[in-house]
Amino acid sequence: MKDFLTVEGFERAELELLLDQADSFVDVLRRPIPKVPALRGKTVATLFFEPSTRTKLSFDRAAKALSADLMNFSPGGSSVSKGESLKDTVLTLKAMGPDLMIVRHQATGAPWQVAGWTGLPVINAGDGAHQHPTQAMLDALTIRRRFGKLEGLHVGIVGDIRHSRVARSNVFALSTLGADVTLIAPRTLLPVNHDGWPVTVTEDLDAVLEGLDVVYLLRIQAERGGLSVFPSLPEYVARYGLTQARFQALQPDAVVMHPGPMNRGVEIADVVADHERSLILSQVENGVAVRMAVLFALLGGESNE
Amino acid sequence: MSDYLLSGGTVLTAAEAVNADVRITDGRIVDIGTHVDAGSAERVDCTGAIVGPGLVDMHVHLREPGQEWKEDIASGSAAAAAGGFTAVVAMPNTAPAIDAGHLARYVSDRGRQVGLVDVIPAGCITAGMDGERLAHLDELAAAGVEVFTDDGHTVADAGLLRRAMEYVAARGAVIAQHAEDPGLARGGHMHEGQISSLLGMAGLPAEAETVVVARDLTLARLTGARYHVQHVSTETTVELIRAAKAEGMDVTAEVAPHHLWFADDIVRTMDPVYKMYPPLRPPSDVAALRSGLEDGTIDAVATDHAPHAAHEKDVPFEEAPRGVIGLETAIAAVAMKCNLDARTLFERMSVTPARISGLVEHGHWLETGHRANIAVVDFAVPWLVDRFESKSTNSPFKGIQLEGRARYTFLSGRMTWRDGKVEA
Repeated sequence: MKDFLTVEGFERAELELLLDQADSFVDVLRRPIPKVPALRGKTVATLFFEPSTRTKLSFDRAAKALSADLMNFSPGGSSVSKGESLKDTVLTLKAMGPDLMIVRHQATGAPWQVAGWTGLPVINAGDGAHQHPTQAMLDALTIRRRFGKLEGLHVGIVGDIRHSRVARSNVFALSTLGADVTLIAPRTLLPVNHDGWPVTVTEDLDAVLEGLDVVYLLRIQAERGGLSVFPSLPEYVARYGLTQARFQALQPDAVVMHPGPMNRGVEIADVVADHERSLILSQVENGVAVRMAVLFALLGGESNE
Repeated sequence: MSDYLLSGGTVLTAAEAVNADVRITDGRIVDIGTHVDAGSAERVDCTGAIVGPGLVDMHVHLREPGQEWKEDIASGSAAAAAGGFTAVVAMPNTAPAIDAGHLARYVSDRGRQVGLVDVIPAGCITAGMDGERLAHLDELAAAGVEVFTDDGHTVADAGLLRRAMEYVAARGAVIAQHAEDPGLARGGHMHEGQISSLLGMAGLPAEAETVVVARDLTLARLTGARYHVQHVSTETTVELIRAAKAEGMDVTAEVAPHHLWFADDIVRTMDPVYKMYPPLRPPSDVAALRSGLEDGTIDAVATDHAPHAAHEKDVPFEEAPRGVIGLETAIAAVAMKCNLDARTLFERMSVTPARISGLVEHGHWLETGHRANIAVVDFAVPWLVDRFESKSTNSPFKGIQLEGRARYTFLSGRMTWRDGKVEA
């Protein structure tokens, strides 16, 4: 594996191997000295063309825990604001000698282009509404650590699926790993066409609530690029918010997940977000381990020879 | 001016396709026959090729004035000559837009100075293409404009379009529409469907085109204006046009070669060279376009030649400008994908677009006495698309092996393209 751009096209065993590796890195991160020398001497560049806090910090933390050096690039106040093209920006950074690039960009496909222009290994940290593969893997890891498996679990993804790279990645990663995925949203937030997606689709959350093992909530914005996609937030909450009442209708061992940042009181009720069965902070912890596993797979040892 | 004897080709006359020689003297065809005396004329070998009317492209973007780093009238004319074209209709979305007489005259004058192809300006429907006020329609018409369009934009205001149709109807000019409903198309980068959903890209649904065409046909019925649909991309549009023609309406349509060749699945590569508006559609639409062109529902091929500099296209798909070049690859692309005999092909790529665009000197089957606007096309010659006369190289055919190419092009008896080279 040269790059990690999408979860599409992987065999189940390959993804499971990555999760096994991530499991071992969770253990590393819980040691008194949470650091291994696996990538000592390697330099990892993060290029976040779109604002991000948690994902960027998570990659930083993962690289440091593997003893890699970091170069951080963000467009604010940089050459990008002076009109430099993406291609020139990444070629300039490449000339400074990183071994790998981690790219987030608002446009679909940009990380593929960066891989093509630079020839370097590239990790996609989110491109447009397309893919966010490390998010899907950290979600898979979180579910597997909670339930011991993914096979046969029923995961409902609720919210703005149409505009979500998290949903697009999770649909393919979780189903490859054996889970059953249901997409739940009003039609304006569902993909226009889901032919060939390994999913069930419904507009009725209440009808599927009690069959779900995992309720995966997506962040909701009333305005998407100037388009109004539903009438109002209260109307959204009434049909799709994970309110306390809906939480209580879930199976007793069902869990709640959210990729963050969340809107309390919109897609998720306050008490639900803080409940013991909310895995939101576990997702964050596991994110570091998954990103270590991906970095290690691309840059460490024999696996990429 | 040199005289030529085009020998050994198959000549498309009004009556038949005949193996004959064609003698060109002083810019005109003076003889067609089997024992034509060459005299002092240069003998031009047309063996194995079709000698037909020079091709006419009623939809090109030559980028002059204002965006000469992409293309200019000289380079665009060279690309046209290379493609076998003798006339092109230049879209008015330049900078400034061609919305007044002196601007239209600038374009045709520059075309004449370059001298490789007749460049006929199309004029804007609205001033500055603002979609709000009528352009200087009378001035434009006086400057030779026969095609009015805000191409690149849709005239979205039905009331304004109605007035434009009413105003030009009496002149016999044609209103040509880039049909793309701004609300349905908003934010879209590719065809809305299975592929856009996978890629997470906002799409332009097929209905963005069809709702405009359906509305415009209603207005054309109301006003009696001639109406032309530019770059048809969907099956439903083909059906709307078919029905309008059956009803006897004066409606015409064009299709671009790239829409006959590629479908939206190729956008999975996320390569910006496949970005254009209207976007590449699913295979069912591609099939409908091919059969629509074959049965004449779609009257003409037009390339929508839209040059962009390499650095402008070498960006993420959603940030890339729209459009592909097409003049140099058009006839091969159409011949390879559609089941058309040589005569029908020249009809769709010369005779009919010349008639729609009001070009009296172009699009005539070969006949003694006519101005010698001629394309000599070898449909069997294979060639790899790897270099262009255009300033830009944003062609989806780059790297593809095509079959069929202009061997010679003659504009008013002057050879403009000879065996792979522009005759300067």
